[in-house]
Amino acid sequence: MITQSPLKSENASYRKTVLAGDYFIHVIKQGQTFRILDLEGNQAADTLFYSANDPSERYSAMDTIREQGNIYLTTGTKLLSNHCNVMLEITADTCGRHDTLGGACATESNTVRYALEKKCMHACRDSWMLAVAEHEEFGIGKRDITHNINFFMNVPVTANGELTFEDGISDAGKYVEMKAMMDVIALVSNCPQLNNPCNAYNPTPIEILVWD
Amino acid sequence: MKNKPVYEDTIPGGAHWSLLIRRGTCLRLTDVDGGTNVGMLFFNPGDHLERYNAPDTLKCQHTFRLTQGHCLYSDMGRIFCSIIEDSVGWHDTAGGNSNKQMVKAKWGEHNYQQYKNDWYLNGHDSFLIEMAKYGMNQRDMAANLNLFSKVAADDDGNLDFIENNSNAGDSVMLRFEMDTLVIFHTCPHPMNPAMEYPKRPVNYQLFEADPIADDDLCKNSHPENQRGFKNTELYNLGCKC
Repeated sequence: MITQSPLKSENASYRKTVLAGDYFIHVIKQGQTFRILDLEGNQAADTLFYSANDPSERYSAMDTIREQGNIYLTTGTKLLSNHCNVMLEITADTCGRHDTLGGACATESNTVRYALEKKCMHACRDSWMLAVAEHEEFGIGKRDITHNINFFMNVPVTANGELTFEDGISDAGKYVEMKAMMDVIALVSNCPQLNNPCNAYNPTPIEILVWD
Repeated sequence: MKNKPVYEDTIPGGAHWSLLIRRGTCLRLTDVDGGTNVGMLFFNPGDHLERYNAPDTLKCQHTFRLTQGHCLYSDMGRIFCSIIEDSVGWHDTAGGNSNKQMVKAKWGEHNYQQYKNDWYLNGHDSFLIEMAKYGMNQRDMAANLNLFSKVAADDDGNLDFIENNSNAGDSVMLRFEMDTLVIFHTCPHPMNPAMEYPKRPVNYQLFEADPIADDDLCKNSHPENQRGFKNTELYNLGCKC
């Protein structure tokens, strides 16, 4: 559902532009609002959340979609942890639909999806691997990397069980915003994928904003 | 494939088990009474960081349902196993797993003290117990398979648990393409609306697999799977088993 936010960018307590192919890792405190802004359009932001107090509690795609009874994430979606606790709630969304079934790109899955010789092309999981290697203070490793949210990505499922990757429904200036219900570590890869329409074959920057 | 199973056993409903299955082995699971659910996870026994990846499995084959012809992928671009036979037609991997709170809210608390082996186990605790036997914990737990269960989405993305998806005698055959640690339980699907906690057993049989033919259904059902098989062959290079 498309909903605008009353929050103004100039009042944000934190702003950071994340280039395509880079990662973002940052603690969002309970009560803070976290926005991902698609600056140039058709960009995918592969996002994971962890409880800042105990990273073994983390975002769970399957618990989130089952408990809301719908596979798409939008305004009103409660992002649940693997303990079925509410980590964040989506409070505004000018895109209307986000995916959490498609997972992230990895160099290894790229070989399967596109071609064996594409194995050295940059991928979201490599960004996450660098993030957790450079930020050991969060206590996150590969075993904690599970199934993410693909903000701004459009992955429809049909009634007879097909899954397709469609051209993005996002556009320049579209955003999704969520309020943290617990202290969370946000781990985002601004997707570098060049082989499919999730980024319109042209990865572009996103901006992260946080309000107290 | 030889007609006679090398080994066979039945796991009661609401229980859990685990086994190491070698490459070149087939596992046939049969729904004994109808309406069973088998929650399942795969790990590489040599490196538990490599595990079943539901999103990669779905997106590599452009599917939301799993059935004959599909391969079940690890997060490393390799194939743990292929679904070489299936009389069910739809297996779920998006519905997740039941937990203690869910089972208690739906069917009441049946603890061991009072009910002994008629207690109500849940999927999450079942996985934790089996995984702990191999040194793993909840950090290693990713999305699972729910074999024999069907969860469908409509055009608006609304999810529905479809009852009576599997009947007594329905079976699915997995052929393992690499050595795999298989963790499984027979606890109910978390979306099962049954009034009573369903205890549905599953029979499992192990067979020696036939060599993979050039026209193998799973290898050729998607060009992606041909590449997945290449990755897995490379991983098994030099393996004499």
